[in-house]
Amino acid sequence: MTEATLAPSLEQLDIRFPGAVSADTRPGYSGYIVAPDRLTAFAQGLRDDLGYDYLSSVTAVDYFPDARMEVVYHAYRTQGGPAVVFKVQVPRDEPQVDSLVPIYPGADFQEREAWDLFGIHFRGHPDLRRILMWEGFAGHPMRKDWHEAYFEEDNKPYKNRWPEGKVYRIEDKVPFGHNVSYPPSFTPEGWVPETDAALYAGLSRVPEGEGGNGHAMGTDQLVVNLGPQHPSTHGVFRMVVTLDGETIVDLKPVMGYLHRNHEKIGERNTFLMNMPFTDRLDYFCSMGNNFGYALAVEKLMGIRPPERAEYIRVIMAELTRIVNHMSAIGFLLNDLGAFFTPLIYAFGERELILDIFEAVSGSRIMCNYFRFGGLARDLPEGIQQKIHDLVFERLPRQVEEINTFLTENEIVRNRCIGVGVLPRERAIALSAAGPVLRASGVAYDVRRAEPYSIYDRFEFDVPTRPNGDIYDRYLIRIEEMRQSLRILQQAVRDLPAGEIQTGKAQYQVRVPAGESYGRVENPKGELGFYVISTGKPNPWRYHVRAPSFINLTSLGTMSKGYKVADVVSTLGSVDIVLGEVDR
Amino acid sequence: MYGIGILKGLGVTLKHFVATYVDDLRWFLDRISGRSGGRYFNDKSMAVRQGAKARGVFTVQYPEEKLPTPEEFRFLPFLVYEVDEQGHAHDRCTSCGICAKVCPPQCIWIERSNDPATGRPVPEPVEFYIDVDICMNCGLCAEYCPFDAIKMDHVFELATFDRMNHHIFNKERLSRPVSYYASIRPTNYAREEEARAAKEAAKAAKAETA
Repeated sequence: MTEATLAPSLEQLDIRFPGAVSADTRPGYSGYIVAPDRLTAFAQGLRDDLGYDYLSSVTAVDYFPDARMEVVYHAYRTQGGPAVVFKVQVPRDEPQVDSLVPIYPGADFQEREAWDLFGIHFRGHPDLRRILMWEGFAGHPMRKDWHEAYFEEDNKPYKNRWPEGKVYRIEDKVPFGHNVSYPPSFTPEGWVPETDAALYAGLSRVPEGEGGNGHAMGTDQLVVNLGPQHPSTHGVFRMVVTLDGETIVDLKPVMGYLHRNHEKIGERNTFLMNMPFTDRLDYFCSMGNNFGYALAVEKLMGIRPPERAEYIRVIMAELTRIVNHMSAIGFLLNDLGAFFTPLIYAFGERELILDIFEAVSGSRIMCNYFRFGGLARDLPEGIQQKIHDLVFERLPRQVEEINTFLTENEIVRNRCIGVGVLPRERAIALSAAGPVLRASGVAYDVRRAEPYSIYDRFEFDVPTRPNGDIYDRYLIRIEEMRQSLRILQQAVRDLPAGEIQTGKAQYQVRVPAGESYGRVENPKGELGFYVISTGKPNPWRYHVRAPSFINLTSLGTMSKGYKVADVVSTLGSVDIVLGEVDR
Repeated sequence: MYGIGILKGLGVTLKHFVATYVDDLRWFLDRISGRSGGRYFNDKSMAVRQGAKARGVFTVQYPEEKLPTPEEFRFLPFLVYEVDEQGHAHDRCTSCGICAKVCPPQCIWIERSNDPATGRPVPEPVEFYIDVDICMNCGLCAEYCPFDAIKMDHVFELATFDRMNHHIFNKERLSRPVSYYASIRPTNYAREEEARAAKEAAKAAKAETA
């Protein structure tokens, strides 16, 4: 490894930031603890002097009943290499941290999430509102002492299920029954929902008298809500835009309509129980989600799956990428107005891959196929041949067919070229990931930058495109499918025989205390799982760094200055799944 | 020239369009010549139509036609019982509770009972409930059951008119004979029986030497 890819040592950091940084010496932990009052200076130095230009993940941990909370940052270099993990500890009763948005604009939504779910106040954040819960929600649900409406016990398995299983319907515990606590002085009957006043007030407008478009005709500024119920938003997602004529002046995404507090559920669950729940994040790529979570927990357990399992994992993950990119392209064309023909062609290929998923895992979409140290089961009879036929014959042909079908199409080119541009520097600063980042000219792919599993054995390219517009984000997906097929062909060719599970498959795994961050290059971008174990059967902290969610941070930048009709295709080119955005 | 790209794209749609009729015609000729049962309502053609060599229309005429379910397909668990020579049913389940403990959404309730004479737990459960509204079909219960007593079913058409009263399945509703299990998952069944036979042989051999 060269100097540039090595993480800075504590001594180096101590010279640069005297007295501000100490090593995190808790057993199983790594990284640095930064003094709260030096955080901004530290981050500034990390970005400008040490080259850690990409802030991947920001999250918080509640160490209740200890009176402290922790904000955890993962920063990377876009040239590749391991993370610098740094943490800030704050008192639990008055948690305040300086916002890193001025240095890393990509922290925007993630800090809002930490404020929403943990109640950590980020000083200097430009728009610190709730993001997943609604304005007026009482409490901060990820705090350990916050209990949900159907609260039974802190941790599963619940004791009343066995051996005295007296069944009841969960629904009978109605939310307005005794199982709900209201904040003092709250009366449900007299409740008037808070308006979106703060949201609308935060939108920027063209100043009076500067009629933005330069036409002789005066234009009105409008605030328009796109969604949440709209076919173009790929689910329940809302964009609030201010328009000057037809031009976008500002855009703010509003999300959380599909929020179910995945992370809270994850902390009630045991480690294994989370595996099927990860399927429900990005439900186009459940195999990829399984992969990330399995890696995070395996890192903590210090085990690795056997060779055969590694190969099968890669095969499944790359097939998932093809599934996702096929659908992403299909939906993008839908958003452009090419109703369903491209989508149905793409879905035809997707179905064939889903047949394989169904045969190996038992389910087409909610695969739940990975286990810690291996896989749920080996490939059934005949499936290897099926995969072989697909990746050597059919899929290469079909990817090229999609390419012939759409790439040169003049309407596609007119609508996409030069629209929704995200420049290279903004893409890095806004922590965009995956195809969005690579379409802006950054050759950053976790499979290359910090190879996991057995990706270092395969030959493949990390494609990039120079312009960062919708067309490039479309082309990058076509190219990534080609590269996936290259990996698949190598993996299928080399697939060894042997075991698929390290050790005995257990329903209660022993996970040593510590923290780990497992990240994979999911089709939509970098998917990370930040897991903290205390040695008990349930994770203490389970955080998902969701690529769809963080890629939306740059949606405003991409849309400003373009027409309202382009917002729909810009969103389509980002490729979001609301299961993952809202978690 | 402007428009070439659009024409190329239309060429692709035309290809798909023509392929559909060519494929139909091919299967039709096969049928009238008696070589196969035609394109639709025919298991053999289904494998081709949904395989790597598929051509033409990809859709399946559900519910008249259905995609074959692979053996590992999972939808809602069921309980396996054995039938002895006298025709009595015996649950394989020993109410050990592992499925209830591993269940991610906690939709399994098991009522174990004690023998009134000895006070010891009786192996077979008194009641076994699964709230199918909560079940997420993950299959972990079947995967980790040490007695092969709970397995995932293949039946997925379970719409009812009343969700309030019919969606908690009890033991009676959940139980299926071993023969049913063997019919939907033949290779799994064969593998488990082999393992069981080997285990029992080893036990017998051990008893003999002791």
